Amino acid sequence: MKPFTSLSSPAVPLSLANVDTDQLIPARFMKRPRSEGYGGFLLHDLRRGGAGDTSAAVLDEPRFAGAACLVARRNFGCGSSREAAVYALADFGFRCIVAPSFGDIFASNAVKNGLVPARVAEEDVERLLQNESLLAGHPVVIDLAEQVIRAGNEVVAFDIDIGWKARLLNGWDDIELTRAKCREIDAFRARDLIERPWAAPSNNRPD
Amino acid sequence: MKPAGPRTLIDKIWDTHAITGHDEAETLLWVDRHLLHEGSFHAFNQIAAREATVAHPELTFGIADHYVPTRDRESPDLDPQIRGMIRQLDDNTQRHGIRQFGLGDARQGIVHVAIPEQGLTLPGLVMVCGDSHTSTHGAFGAYAFGIGASEVAHVLATQTIWQKKPRRMRIRVDGELGPGVTAKDIALTLISRIGADGAQGHAIEYAGSAIRALSMEGRMTLCNMSIEGGGRLGLIAPDETTFAWLEGRPFAPQGAQFAAAVEDWRGLVSDSDAAFDREIVIAGAEIAPTVTWGTSPEHALPIGEAVPDPDAIADADRAASVREALAYMGLQPKMKLTEIRIDQVFIGSCTNSRIEDLRAAARILDGRRAIVPGLVSPGSANVKRQAEQEGLDRIFQAAGLSWEDSGCSMCVGMNGDIVPPGHRCASTTNRNFRGRQGPGSRTHIMSPAMVAAAAVTGHLTDMRALLPEASR
Ligand code: SF4
Repeated sequence: MKPFTSLSSPAVPLSLANVDTDQLIPARFMKRPRSEGYGGFLLHDLRRGGAGDTSAAVLDEPRFAGAACLVARRNFGCGSSREAAVYALADFGFRCIVAPSFGDIFASNAVKNGLVPARVAEEDVERLLQNESLLAGHPVVIDLAEQVIRAGNEVVAFDIDIGWKARLLNGWDDIELTRAKCREIDAFRARDLIERPWAAPSNNRPD
Repeated sequence: MKPAGPRTLIDKIWDTHAITGHDEAETLLWVDRHLLHEGSFHAFNQIAAREATVAHPELTFGIADHYVPTRDRESPDLDPQIRGMIRQLDDNTQRHGIRQFGLGDARQGIVHVAIPEQGLTLPGLVMVCGDSHTSTHGAFGAYAFGIGASEVAHVLATQTIWQKKPRRMRIRVDGELGPGVTAKDIALTLISRIGADGAQGHAIEYAGSAIRALSMEGRMTLCNMSIEGGGRLGLIAPDETTFAWLEGRPFAPQGAQFAAAVEDWRGLVSDSDAAFDREIVIAGAEIAPTVTWGTSPEHALPIGEAVPDPDAIADADRAASVREALAYMGLQPKMKLTEIRIDQVFIGSCTNSRIEDLRAAARILDGRRAIVPGLVSPGSANVKRQAEQEGLDRIFQAAGLSWEDSGCSMCVGMNGDIVPPGHRCASTTNRNFRGRQGPGSRTHIMSPAMVAAAAVTGHLTDMRALLPEASR
């Protein structure tokens, strides 16, 4: 995974709350292989007004072209665990989502894909959504080490779990990280098989 | 790792599975059961890309549910993309020696219905699946949660998962539930009070006399919807109800082993003086049959009430979001919920498709006719067989509903069972998100008996009015 240190790019103000992963990528696009790219499906129905609703059309405004940051309201990425929601955001070009709160599974999926889920106080998100420089499409700066967002004259602090921050800054690969713990895993397993003999699926009944 | 001091059930299972790491950052947990469905192809591709093997295929189980057709399964006209999704799961599980309950298997069904039936869900286990409703398995006192594709790849490769320790929340429901009030109504009432992100960052333990009185089916419905309240997972301490349900199930411990397991499982309770980060208490008697009116599960109200009026909401953002939800749903402010007319019904999904759910719906439909079309998709092939033995299929069909095979079906519309644009569906599912049941679809979620009542009258209806006099 590519390490994340900081970025400077326009930020898209998406003033919606409870954006669920079904909106981020509708289920009907999920049969496709990732290699085809998922960016075109991002917020598909809210960008194109499938049901008369164009509340995400802001993504396509020219002044936000090349944006790597998205600002949204509370509970972003709630619902289904589909990692395809993160693929759609990443393939569209986003590397950081700023919101007051995130769906738990979504935030974890984001980190695994190098996308920063930056938690910002609700009033600060409101300030960012009103920020003139941001709204004009001028770059905002996200500094992960310092945990701050700079938009025009505004400086806003953000929260992120320390374990996630370390992973993102270093671009660690989880599977490699875990494999380095194989001695601890083996020791755990040896003890656990004795302590919880019932935990294995019973094989008394063949198919 | 057994720290001193009182512990909650959540802490106890966590401690038993912690391999290494720090609670403040992330801990590596052992995974006892890993469940896969067709959507796991991304994870298998990641595994293939790094030429990794599956660490513990004997703890991994595959099941086809999200894309399976609910009718004409053998048809040659099956959408090739859908057929491809099912075949990919067959191939991937076969390649890695993973047991799978595929399309033609007598044990096939929705993962969160069929896996417990097999006795694969047990108290005290850590269970994961690339599906947010994995919390369902918490009904047995398992620590079960949904994960994303990269985490699925990680579990395949290592049988472990990195987790930040969640905060602990206890939700107590005390007293008795009124007639016709179900676990679904508990879940919707709770979510409407705490919000769709009310339990974010928390693992939930459900407790109290009304929870103890629930059947295993009811407990699964409740734990299932923990995610709709934002919870990482939800669980219930195992008790005699749990043990009786599990005994004799194919993959559960057998005979003397089962007895020994039960002895261990009895310790899976929160210590009486254990502290929770948050506690919520609801009186069972306050809960009424509940329905959703909007586009988030928190948009739920007792059936006797009316659609909210955005003009009466002081907070401008909240008023705007209610206005948007009503526009999408095609509803007028202040109209009575019982005035909402529906176009079709769906009874199914991992929330409400178990035998008890079908019985509750059939009880309302018996001797009546649905005036709108509808689909009933039992939660598993086993549920289907049992329902047919009880004659429930005949009640559904006599009422005019179609009785089909098991799968996720119209809960998510991936298999082609969708609600057409602009149509309104009374549904036993768990998500009323925009377009969840198909582009432009409008979903109202409620219990199976409430869906049956709506089918009979053609509008949202208090099912209690359709109960036999004696049981009201
Ligand atoms: S029935 Fe619906 S909620 Fe349950 S696993 Fe299937 S798609 Fe997910």
